[in-house]
Amino acid sequence: MTDREYDVLIIGAGPAGIAAACAAAESGSRVLVLDDNPVPGGQIWRGGAPEATPWLERLVRSGAEVLGGTRAAVVIRGGVLLAERQAEGIEIGYRNLVLATGARELFLPFPGWTLPNVTGAGGLQALVKSGLPIKSKRVVVAGTGPLLVAVAAYLRAHGAKVLAIVEQAAFSNLIGFVLSGVLSAGKLLQAFGLQTRLLGVPVRTGSWVVQAEGPGKLERVTLSNGQTLECDYLACGFSLVPNLELAQMLGCEIEEGFVGTGALQETSVAGVYCAGEPTGIGGLDRSLVQGEIAGYAAAGAENKVQRLLKARDRHERFSHALAECFALRDELRRLATPETIVCRCEDVTLGRIREESNWTAAKLQTRCGMGPCQGRICGAALEFLEGYPRSSVRPPAFPVSMGVLAGKRD
Amino acid sequence: MTDAITITVDGERLRVTADTSIAAAVMMTGRAAARKSVSGEARGPVCGMGICFECRVTVDGRRHVRSCQTLCRDGMEVRTTDD
Repeated sequence: MTDREYDVLIIGAGPAGIAAACAAAESGSRVLVLDDNPVPGGQIWRGGAPEATPWLERLVRSGAEVLGGTRAAVVIRGGVLLAERQAEGIEIGYRNLVLATGARELFLPFPGWTLPNVTGAGGLQALVKSGLPIKSKRVVVAGTGPLLVAVAAYLRAHGAKVLAIVEQAAFSNLIGFVLSGVLSAGKLLQAFGLQTRLLGVPVRTGSWVVQAEGPGKLERVTLSNGQTLECDYLACGFSLVPNLELAQMLGCEIEEGFVGTGALQETSVAGVYCAGEPTGIGGLDRSLVQGEIAGYAAAGAENKVQRLLKARDRHERFSHALAECFALRDELRRLATPETIVCRCEDVTLGRIREESNWTAAKLQTRCGMGPCQGRICGAALEFLEGYPRSSVRPPAFPVSMGVLAGKRD
Repeated sequence: MTDAITITVDGERLRVTADTSIAAAVMMTGRAAARKSVSGEARGPVCGMGICFECRVTVDGRRHVRSCQTLCRDGMEVRTTDD
């Protein structure tokens, strides 16, 4: 027996998951959307956004159910997922599954990156959206990708003194991105129009943070050109990496680092669809279109996807151009010293990890990647730094209490 | 949604709105650290989205609560740097 039964279960209530839920529920399916966050919207719509409103209203009208504060832990047998909500287990039965698990920021280790107040770029934005006062705080925004500009604009609008945007990509790459023609006018505004609000914030391209310092918490950062900036926060993220854990656990094929999908967003596993950033990093519009397609397909309403296919292709080209423009430079592999902690959960240094011959040995001998985050931070970093392969994923997808696992057995 | 509520952080009383995450509330008190790492380093929130587990605190006696993913509730007792 399960606690709840649905035609379509959607994991993740960001734009892709919301679009999938609307499409599936409007097509007559009984739909549930799960999300770890307390309210729907995902990272990009955290705390509300004007463009989120029509989608959130459509979601309510669609009749899809939304369950926040709930984490998908493990598929315990075909068509039954065990989730955790407020330390309780819930069994959810489903016919088709849509994975809209989004992406997380890539964090790369450098001396001082573990100091409090060194956060992700989207990370600091998320904290401000959830109530952290940022007025008059001095912030350096660093890393790579269009997110940096958006974050800097957001922080500035909330009163922060953004001292600099430090973008590792070379200026010539950024120009190439604009000229490549894949940017629609809307995207252009989204990505660079924001800069008009950023007048007075120095944008340093081809630059990166080499060190963060301060006793107990961040006080200053040093840039690759030797410049030192006194600051309260360093918001640093190196673009996004997909959340693949559930897809991997379900046995979905991964192609070049992303979930492989077909014309209807179907994965290699029957009845499992995937939409949004797990299939490629390409932003909001791409996620919405893929989500709708996945939702219709999962509800058996394939006839409704035709009008969406052209838009999906266009967003796909944008996604590829993005990856090329903001490709990470080699110098970033050499920022961490042997003394730099790479695994933040278990405090394992790069030097200690390099004593082991491979990732598996490093995990067994040093507990690197074996802490609560289950290698989500250090695993992605070591993939870039050392070329370690992506780890296999064992259930549960997140640490859950034994009670949740034990309490839910037939 | 935005009613003012009262929580305590390590015994210190704090008024926040009900849509404030515990992570933001802890940082409001001037504490940069949410926890101590296994080797004793101070650590604070990083990802802000429930992935990194650096913002873990103890809430009403329950340990290892990710403070960035949990909203404040009236009367909540939060303890930092337990682990």
